[in-house]
Amino acid sequence: MAAQTSSSSVRLTCPVPRSKVVELYFLEHRAKLLDLAAFLDRLDRAEDDTAGDDFRVAALRRAAGILVDGVPDRARRILELFSDRSTEPIARAPMKGALGAAECAAVSPS
Amino acid sequence: MYIDPHIHMVSRTTDDYRRMALAGCVAITEPAFWAGYDRSSAQGFHDYFTLLTDFEPRRAAQYGIRHHTWLCINPKESEDVGLAREVLAIIPRFLECPTVLGIGEIGLNKNSRNELTVLEEHIALAARHDQLILVHTPHLEDKLKGTKLIIDALRRNGAVDPGRVLIDHVEEHTVRTVLDAGFWAGMTLYPETKCTPQRAADIIETYGRERIWINSAGDWGHSDPLAVPKARLEMRRRGHGDETIRRISYENPLTFLGQSGKFAVATKA
Repeated sequence: MAAQTSSSSVRLTCPVPRSKVVELYFLEHRAKLLDLAAFLDRLDRAEDDTAGDDFRVAALRRAAGILVDGVPDRARRILELFSDRSTEPIARAPMKGALGAAECAAVSPS
Repeated sequence: MYIDPHIHMVSRTTDDYRRMALAGCVAITEPAFWAGYDRSSAQGFHDYFTLLTDFEPRRAAQYGIRHHTWLCINPKESEDVGLAREVLAIIPRFLECPTVLGIGEIGLNKNSRNELTVLEEHIALAARHDQLILVHTPHLEDKLKGTKLIIDALRRNGAVDPGRVLIDHVEEHTVRTVLDAGFWAGMTLYPETKCTPQRAADIIETYGRERIWINSAGDWGHSDPLAVPKARLEMRRRGHGDETIRRISYENPLTFLGQSGKFAVATKA
């Protein structure tokens, strides 16, 4: 199990102590974690018509690892993991919306 | 008392104006955006700009809220460069309106070449007319790349003062880049696809309260016109003082928008 507490290099900028953070937010995030678990269970119970994980789900599984790696800046690193890592404009917009994860997010950068 | 500096009231009901006024809203700004369908002509945009500069200020005033606006063709409609140029041509005639604060929300959506061309032409228009700029950054997986392309485009112009540009919809992976480059940053409070009130408070704690604001970006999608007062409440629950809360939700918008020379808040009855 990775370290459970933040690195000592993290600046203490939250205006309340950890006990208060837990008191304020634990139940909310317990519920969110259960939602995520139930979503993955739901995928297991659904007929597999995708020949393996959808790239978004694969990215989600990779992102979940960041939650428990003991390294700070988890939100920033998860957002970066989901991001398109290319740098040049594309030829033409294929659609209006976004999917939540780039296809490259499903695999580690080489 | 608060300002919601980014909300699309054209998509909201008059009841929302009432609820916002009850929650302490004294002023809003409404950027031009995508209506959920592509408009077929520049005349459609002319009518939309007329609505933003005439009808909405009067509707807001019924509840003591000052309404201001920004004009552009949204990046979601920028693939058609010909239509975009026709729309760009009609914008200058609206810039003298007393409630038009600048050009926005311009930016990128899917980071395409045509979107970038239209963005560059909007930036040039703003520079030519000495207008403030409000920037939309792309959604979800496209945001990181798009934010970098947008900042490059703003710098390439050479005539844009970063202190007169607000780059909106920042999250944890883009806020530092925006602030370090000297721009203002906006955090949009959405239930799922942008910042929650909790994460917005985290970002303020991490990156400070200089050149940053919060907004609801309420529109026809999954959004909340009361997101700003809810974020204020979240910050109060967490122990932030009144000065910081007022700074993020009132003073900072007032400072940035005041550069237009047109922005005003409603005075208390």
